[in-house]
Amino acid sequence: MDEFLTLSLPPMLIAALAAMACALPGNFLLLSRRAMLGDAISHVVLPGIVAAYLLSGSGSGLVMGAGALGAAGIAALLIEAVTRRSGMEPGAAMAVVFTAMFAGGVVLLETTGASGVHLDVEHALYGNLESLIWLGAPPPELLRLTLITLGLGLALALVWRPLVLCTFDPVFARSMGIPTGLVQSGLTAATALAAVAAFQAVGSILTIAMLICPAAAARLLTRSLPAQIAASLGFAVTAAFVGYGLAGYVPLWLGLPFTLSASGMIATVAGLLLGGAALVASHRGAPGL
Amino acid sequence: MQSRAPIVLEARGITLRYGEVLALDQAEASIPAASMTAIVGPNGAGKSSFLKSVLGLEPATGTVRAFGLPVAQALPRIAYVPQRAAVDWGFPVRVIDVVLMGTYRQTGLLGRASAPIRARAEAALDRVGMADFASRQIGALSGGQQQRVFLARALAQGADLYLLDEPFAGVDAATEAAIIDVLKALRDGGATVVAVHHDLATVDSYFDRVLLLNRRTLAEGAVRTTFTRANLALAYGPALHLDSAA
Repeated sequence: MDEFLTLSLPPMLIAALAAMACALPGNFLLLSRRAMLGDAISHVVLPGIVAAYLLSGSGSGLVMGAGALGAAGIAALLIEAVTRRSGMEPGAAMAVVFTAMFAGGVVLLETTGASGVHLDVEHALYGNLESLIWLGAPPPELLRLTLITLGLGLALALVWRPLVLCTFDPVFARSMGIPTGLVQSGLTAATALAAVAAFQAVGSILTIAMLICPAAAARLLTRSLPAQIAASLGFAVTAAFVGYGLAGYVPLWLGLPFTLSASGMIATVAGLLLGGAALVASHRGAPGL
Repeated sequence: MQSRAPIVLEARGITLRYGEVLALDQAEASIPAASMTAIVGPNGAGKSSFLKSVLGLEPATGTVRAFGLPVAQALPRIAYVPQRAAVDWGFPVRVIDVVLMGTYRQTGLLGRASAPIRARAEAALDRVGMADFASRQIGALSGGQQQRVFLARALAQGADLYLLDEPFAGVDAATEAAIIDVLKALRDGGATVVAVHHDLATVDSYFDRVLLLNRRTLAEGAVRTTFTRANLALAYGPALHLDSAA
């Protein structure tokens, strides 16, 4: 039992918090049909972190977080510029920008000393959830993700009405003089914050899955927005706990000589939850379909 | 008498380009108070773009003054009803939530809706015959009901100038009649109504003014004097046949 508390519970909680932090902005990305932006942001976090490390020489979470937020901002501006200049549809513009920036980040990582520290490509993709254990003190990610998740929840409660209005009918919102651009940027920043926080713990693959899967599954099964958000948080926690448990314990029980990637399994469970939700919804004829 | 009514909306030299395409070319409007104006013109004439440009929702050039102010400062007195198709009607909100979106100015952006504000939203729903639908999810509404909800949201704004983009597109006859009743009541109460309108056959019975647009303003004035075959030919070309045009 002690082993569970020190070795398994902290990474499970971190995964659950990261998933919840991502699910909150994910609901609004989904509803404003900007789910791809979550994909883009979770990718550009990598070059941001590498660049911040190279520029500052510091591996502190704060510096890397700032780098990642900066990269997300640059990506958002680039996407906007490419869309406007080329007339490309926004999804294509996002795909071009984030793959180019992600690839640049990988090259930067491989060709500089940055890969020596906490950063290597494998961790960038899969995170290092299993190493976030309780060694005398809680892992710093636990506190950081708790604060960020609470902060995002509080911010969401504060800006609820303008955010819902700008997501549902941005043109009408502008006709009322509401600064919809600011609201959109705020959502982008919230997504970046969640992605940065989650990325360092769980890697970019899980971050992408967590931004969209829980919200999409919740959207299929609920009718009201508050219910959708509550359900998305429930799915996020479920995916984290079930995924982590399956990755760690199933091979053990089966007597296999290895464990599975926890973040990969969590993302898989999130995908399965979405698939299940789609099955249920297609039988019920849910409004989201 | 109409000529003596003060001008509440004045748009001059409205020009809008989408890349190579000139969507609006020096379009203009001069709308007197307590009138009902139909913006009429062929498909692609820029009617919706004109309405949006007037509100500052498109990157158009030109000047717009409303109630004697630059339009950005007059927005609190203007209610805009977008095209129904502009939003995702599967969005998980209730009818009353959409109507309450029109009350932001009373509550402040971050404030909650108080009881009087709710009452005002419910009264707006009642005026469009949708009082029983307040708690329904908007995904369950028909096209006509969606349009009524949009109109109710505008009513909840309590504006003096209403700009509507094709309020009768794809709605049932009962809804059309209900909407026109509400709009006429607004005008009779002193408000000003401008609507993009497609059905030339009803311009005469619904509106008292008409603005003929085809990228630029071809004619504007009272229906009786402006909605003529000659002017329609300017907008639509000479092939148009229309019995109700004088």
